[in-house]
Amino acid sequence: MSAAVAPAPEEALPEVDIVPPVPRLVKVLIGLGVFAIVVFGFFTDAGKEVTFQLTLGDEALALPDVTLPAKISAIVFSVIALLAAIGALFAARKERALWPYTSAFGVFFILGFLSWAVAGGTINLVGLLQGSLLLAVPLVFGAMSGILCERAGVINIAIEGQLLTGAFVAAVVASLTQNAYLGLIAAPLGGLFIGLLLAVFAIKYFVDQVILGVVLNVLAVGLTSFLYGRLLAPNQETWNSPPTFSPVAIPVLSDIPIIGPILFNQNIVVYAMYIIVIVINIALFRTKWGLRVRAVGEHPTAADTVGIKVNSVRFRNVLLGGLVAGLGGAFFTVASVGAFGKEMTAGKGFIALAAVIFGRWKPLGALGAALFFGFADNLQSVLSIIGTPIPSEFMLMTPYLATLLAVAGLVGKVRAPAADGIPYKKS
Amino acid sequence: MSDQTETKKTGGLRAAMSGTAGITFLSIVLALIIGAVFIVLSDPAVQEASSYLFAAPMDTISAAWTAVFEAYKALLTGMIFNPAKLSSEGLVGALKPLSETITMATPLILGGLSVALAFRAGLFNIGAEGQIILGAIFASFIGFQFDMPLIIHLPLAVLGALIGGALWGGIAGFLKAKTGAHEVITTIMLNWIAIYLVAWLLTKPAFLREGRQDPISPPVNPGAEYPTIIDQWRVHAGIIVAILAAWFVSWLLNRSTLGFQFRAVGANSSAARTAGMNVSRMYLLVMLIAGGLSGLAGSAQVLGTEKSLTGGISAGIGFDAITVALLGRGNPWGVVAAGLLFGGLRAGGLNMQTATGTPIDIVLVIQALIVLFIAAPPLVRSIFRLPETGSAGFMQTAKGWNG
Repeated sequence: MSAAVAPAPEEALPEVDIVPPVPRLVKVLIGLGVFAIVVFGFFTDAGKEVTFQLTLGDEALALPDVTLPAKISAIVFSVIALLAAIGALFAARKERALWPYTSAFGVFFILGFLSWAVAGGTINLVGLLQGSLLLAVPLVFGAMSGILCERAGVINIAIEGQLLTGAFVAAVVASLTQNAYLGLIAAPLGGLFIGLLLAVFAIKYFVDQVILGVVLNVLAVGLTSFLYGRLLAPNQETWNSPPTFSPVAIPVLSDIPIIGPILFNQNIVVYAMYIIVIVINIALFRTKWGLRVRAVGEHPTAADTVGIKVNSVRFRNVLLGGLVAGLGGAFFTVASVGAFGKEMTAGKGFIALAAVIFGRWKPLGALGAALFFGFADNLQSVLSIIGTPIPSEFMLMTPYLATLLAVAGLVGKVRAPAADGIPYKKS
Repeated sequence: MSDQTETKKTGGLRAAMSGTAGITFLSIVLALIIGAVFIVLSDPAVQEASSYLFAAPMDTISAAWTAVFEAYKALLTGMIFNPAKLSSEGLVGALKPLSETITMATPLILGGLSVALAFRAGLFNIGAEGQIILGAIFASFIGFQFDMPLIIHLPLAVLGALIGGALWGGIAGFLKAKTGAHEVITTIMLNWIAIYLVAWLLTKPAFLREGRQDPISPPVNPGAEYPTIIDQWRVHAGIIVAILAAWFVSWLLNRSTLGFQFRAVGANSSAARTAGMNVSRMYLLVMLIAGGLSGLAGSAQVLGTEKSLTGGISAGIGFDAITVALLGRGNPWGVVAAGLLFGGLRAGGLNMQTATGTPIDIVLVIQALIVLFIAAPPLVRSIFRLPETGSAGFMQTAKGWNG
């Protein structure tokens, strides 16, 4: 190496000129903020009002409805969102955490959007968010399954199938025993079945994991639909009439205005979701087990060198993922609809996969993405009742479009665990 | 040593069964056996007989045999030839199942070719479903919007389908080439975007049939329909397009420079890049062509089988196409054979459902199992105690998300 390219001594580095590059995410947010002011601000009828309800009506502490002039509130909320985005710009310059600014942006952007979309009507914010959380539940479970598998280096496209078999087993067991709890306990076995096939074929027989996921989804759809047609449909009474869980209010916490009814007056599956997300997040990033899993997913050869049994770690994680997704499948039957229906997961497993990628293979990131996707889904059904300027089909596209833009690098680089999808053969 | 002596002793048949064709055959057999187990276990008559299993075990066995025999008989007569119709409707009626098989196989072959071509270039086209929808949108719009003679109208509508599919596949190819976005993720997302896109279009006056509330477009004009051979049969000229497409893909892959480049990129993209090939351009091109092939599958649906655009026009063909491509092992003529088999299963499955009450969904189970077994030759060999041939399994060269 010649002297010319040798690194300069440290004290010679100019201190002022180092400006960290602005993340693309921030640029996108600023663009969206300007877009919000233009579209929501100028295309809202000046004469109309928008009413936000902040209670469901049965809370101890009743908050009054908030009625605002639609056009002014759309502009004000959009401007605040833009300011938050600009705040993020400065935070990025100073290398401070971005999330307070980005979440503020999200909240005010959505309020601006609602002022525009609901102008002339009323929207219940608590009901909207409560429903969003519910719709996000299967997505969160599915995404956790994906993270457990992919962090260990096995691609899981079979989330859809795992949710479906979980939903099926939960419905059948709960119907036969007339006990929703037994259905919930049995549901993970449904997901485990698909997880086991995924593990055996991917790890033992080195079958390509993308293909495997696709085929296992076909298998899950075929099996559940076949058994549905043969057993469930002709004998709805005995085979397909599971009892469902009712919401359980947590004392004190559920009395908090706004947050209480949204987070703490839900059914048991939602509470299980809180616990699972927290446990997986801590286990993955704060324990020896998590370190091993991540090592196996990033650099299996190195992990093997230090004595970690790569393929057993992977095998266990894929099975664990199957259990988690199966539990999430129970949500479709014993926690919401009750009866099982053919292909009732309707692509939720693929949205969960999108949440894994959008959340960058991190439990909290995936949780955020799943909540956002759940919100988009619920907003769509709420708005289709009120009547809105946006076709509901475009709202339903949101998760997929967002993920498409994310993987295309619009919001920064998305990188999977390095060894994700590559079978480990000990040589 | 013992392995060698065993191979010698058992001779050619077992060695042959251990090869590619043998594994394929045995996989189909295994899948049918497991399918039979499901049919037996869920059969009402068997369940009834099994309640007194120990008193009269033969009742259960005979009920099980009847269930499987009747189901698979109905499957087979629904696939190829129905002798019961021979006297009343003649040969045309008796061969109607074959016409149904080919009708069902047409889009499967085209979709399968799309997946197989991308596969040979090292790309997973999970997006056939969306590309079929886009092809169907374009073809149906040209089909019902204009009224022209067949000689102009049909080629125009087919071209529209080709462009629609190529557009959708091209997006994934473009994103892969420009940003490195993994095609599996982008094509899955594009599938769902297409599903909602067609749902939205079918609410618009430009696409919704007059006087209808449910999502269905006007029927395509006769000039844009694929011609049929015999009025009673649904089989249409789409199969000719499918065969031509198979020939084209075969020529492209084996005889053309572009195909050589595709295969080189598929075998080792770094080596191809080092050899001076423009890998990004290959990704874009292969996804354009693959998308176009799926688009043609969409044309078979709207211009041949269904005759109008509906929300469920793709009918899962895009996902079945993946299994078709795998069963055909990425080989164009293998895809034709696999498409005919799975098309037959679809047609026969419908017959089985009406004749014996066995839900058609068992066909999906059988299809998935066939592909699972084919993907894991060591498993099949160990089940049938066949000798190892040492030939590497197909579909076992996995790449990760970052690859």
